[in-house]
Amino acid sequence: MKALTLEYHVPGDDFTRAGEASSKVKNMLKRMGFDSDTIRRVAIAMYEGEINMVIHGGGGNAFVNIYADRVEISLVDHGPGIADVDKAMQEGYSTAPDNVRALGFGAGMGLPNMKKYTDALQVESVVGEGTTLKMTIFAGGK
Amino acid sequence: MKLQEIVDVLKAEVVSSADNMDAEIQTACGSDMMSDVLAFAKTQSVFLTGLMNPQVVRTAEMMDMCAIIFVRGKPVDDMVVALAEQKGISILKTGFTMFTACGMLYERGIRGACERK
Repeated sequence: MKALTLEYHVPGDDFTRAGEASSKVKNMLKRMGFDSDTIRRVAIAMYEGEINMVIHGGGGNAFVNIYADRVEISLVDHGPGIADVDKAMQEGYSTAPDNVRALGFGAGMGLPNMKKYTDALQVESVVGEGTTLKMTIFAGGK
Repeated sequence: MKLQEIVDVLKAEVVSSADNMDAEIQTACGSDMMSDVLAFAKTQSVFLTGLMNPQVVRTAEMMDMCAIIFVRGKPVDDMVVALAEQKGISILKTGFTMFTACGMLYERGIRGACERK
């Protein structure tokens, strides 16, 4: 049974606002009574994804489905896509420009962190068309 | 160690307080790379950094950290303070460098956020 569906637009041109959607989801899960470990895993994974959408994807949309036992997140952008998903999953591999590194990101830990904190991560990417990330976090999982 | 004791040890200025100076702190992490913090910090702790932008606050928020300590006496950006106040995170500023500030806390029993269960 579906409990709640949330949708957010993540603007691609405003780095200072990146993370706002994750923050809202975090607060919602807190209000709904999820345990703090599950909330933190959702918040971190979604935040990394949001940052990636801003850095690489030119912004996009976040769709969050909250069920009693799990949270499903889809992050959809229409950016350049990921040429080599396997490489992008490696810790330390990054294509982020220097200005992003100066902001504290671009260490090549985004996707590895998302994998680490989620119970399932699916990356669908077509070069020139965009990327869709699907993440599932089970309450009390990992 | 209470957050207030950290303020005293680091001779820090409390730029903005989230009324949590009594919070018991056991762990800390020091980094200017946000994804490293998101990868390794696990428990509620304080966050030492030399980086000054709103994403520092967002990172601390996602990790449930109760305070951010800016090192090397950098002036704290108004936008950072405003966001931290909204998120209930205290902002401290110390004149010590990252290495020294981390060392002073370690010497007093604070450990890395990934070293404690």
